[in-house]
Amino acid sequence: MCLAVPGKITSVTGEDPLYRMGRVDFGGIGREVSLAYVPEAQLGDYVIVHAGFALSRVDEAEAAKVFDYLRQIGELGELEPQGNEQSAGS
Amino acid sequence: MKFVDEYRDPAMAHQFRRELARITTRPWTIMEVCGGQTHAIVKFGIDELLPPQVRLIHGPGCPVCVTSLELIDQALDIASRPGVIFCSFGDMLRVPGSQKDLLSVKASGGDVRVLYSPLDAVRIAAQNPGREVVFFAVGFETTAPTTAMAVCQAARLGLKNFSLLVSHVLVPPAMEGLLSDPECQVQAFLAAGHVCAVMGYEEYLPIAARLRVPIVVTGFEPLDILHGILMCIRQLESGRAEVENQYSRAVRREGNLPARQMLGEIFRVVDRKWRGVGEIPGSGLALAEPYRAFDAALKFGVSQLSVNEPAECQSGLVLKGRIKPAECGAFGTRCTPEHPLGATMVSSEGACAAYYRYRRDPSIIPNS
Ligand code: SF4
Repeated sequence: MCLAVPGKITSVTGEDPLYRMGRVDFGGIGREVSLAYVPEAQLGDYVIVHAGFALSRVDEAEAAKVFDYLRQIGELGELEPQGNEQSAGS
Repeated sequence: MKFVDEYRDPAMAHQFRRELARITTRPWTIMEVCGGQTHAIVKFGIDELLPPQVRLIHGPGCPVCVTSLELIDQALDIASRPGVIFCSFGDMLRVPGSQKDLLSVKASGGDVRVLYSPLDAVRIAAQNPGREVVFFAVGFETTAPTTAMAVCQAARLGLKNFSLLVSHVLVPPAMEGLLSDPECQVQAFLAAGHVCAVMGYEEYLPIAARLRVPIVVTGFEPLDILHGILMCIRQLESGRAEVENQYSRAVRREGNLPARQMLGEIFRVVDRKWRGVGEIPGSGLALAEPYRAFDAALKFGVSQLSVNEPAECQSGLVLKGRIKPAECGAFGTRCTPEHPLGATMVSSEGACAAYYRYRRDPSIIPNS
């Protein structure tokens, strides 16, 4: 029920904040979604959607944190070059 | 897909694996609270990337699994009545009640409909003024704002034929409940990312401080989960017990304020019984006084029935992280997703169903 992947807002309709709706694209699959809880979300933003509602706007700046962290530990010299490791985790 | 594929990169997962192996010096036990994370951990084999000292145990974070048998039986009672359109999320249909499930009510002529959003139930009610439309409101803090909005819109429309059987549950009281059990082995928590997207994480601060347990708000992709585990172990290894936010791209400290405001308007906090776990104080939501007219349990007078769990099902122990699903004697034999004995075998977020789907034979280790 909670396995939500972010989708991209491709259109927005409605004036009343309570009834603001958007079309959200999930890798080619579109859905009508209530934007009532994300008044700050604009066209082109990515949102986390659950049971027909956008609940959170994905923050692009924060999204790189995981990779920044990996880069930091990489710079500490603990790691071999990327890409020639055995696959793991997928 | 953006914000998905990059968080599944195997080479980066391997970097986390090496860093985890480097910093872990002692045995640690971490619980992921959310069933969505359990699903991802088993699917991607994340537990098998961890150093042998690190043990993950699966928590009670599947709302379908913890909905009490009493409420399921109330739902079945209401759904069986003539004139009722009973609306539910799809994963509730096979959850076994005492005698039957919603799917069998539907097969014997009940009008049971699977919806994507609670707003669809409001629309159905508006289009069918001669019928009673009931929505089975199951879910954590993530789902509760969606049903709250349905109530708000139904009230605005003045709908008299719309009601909800409310089974919303709250995560932090359950985490506290688990920790207060003397047999609890959990030393750190991965907190459920989307619950925190709504509620924020301030309510975890006193829990972490008082019970001396690190709590890391964590996302759902493999790299998120590995990162969250790494943040937990760093805290554990250095003796810290703080709340940290791994999932900052979707979770702010204060959560989603419009959603929290709507929750406060429509619901009130009540004690709630969790299937397999027991009653947890302050762990449920019920309709607030001004919205009692939307309470299906009152409207249909479904009394508290006395009910029995199948004795064989050990889902209570699974939900508390005491045993892994395959340790249950019925797992994969008398209990399968087609013929579940317990709710943890039904929902895709239930631990038993995740193990059945991805790891039926425990000797087969994925990604090896
Ligand atoms: S395998 Fe089935 S019977 Fe055993 S604990 Fe899980 S749901 Fe219950």
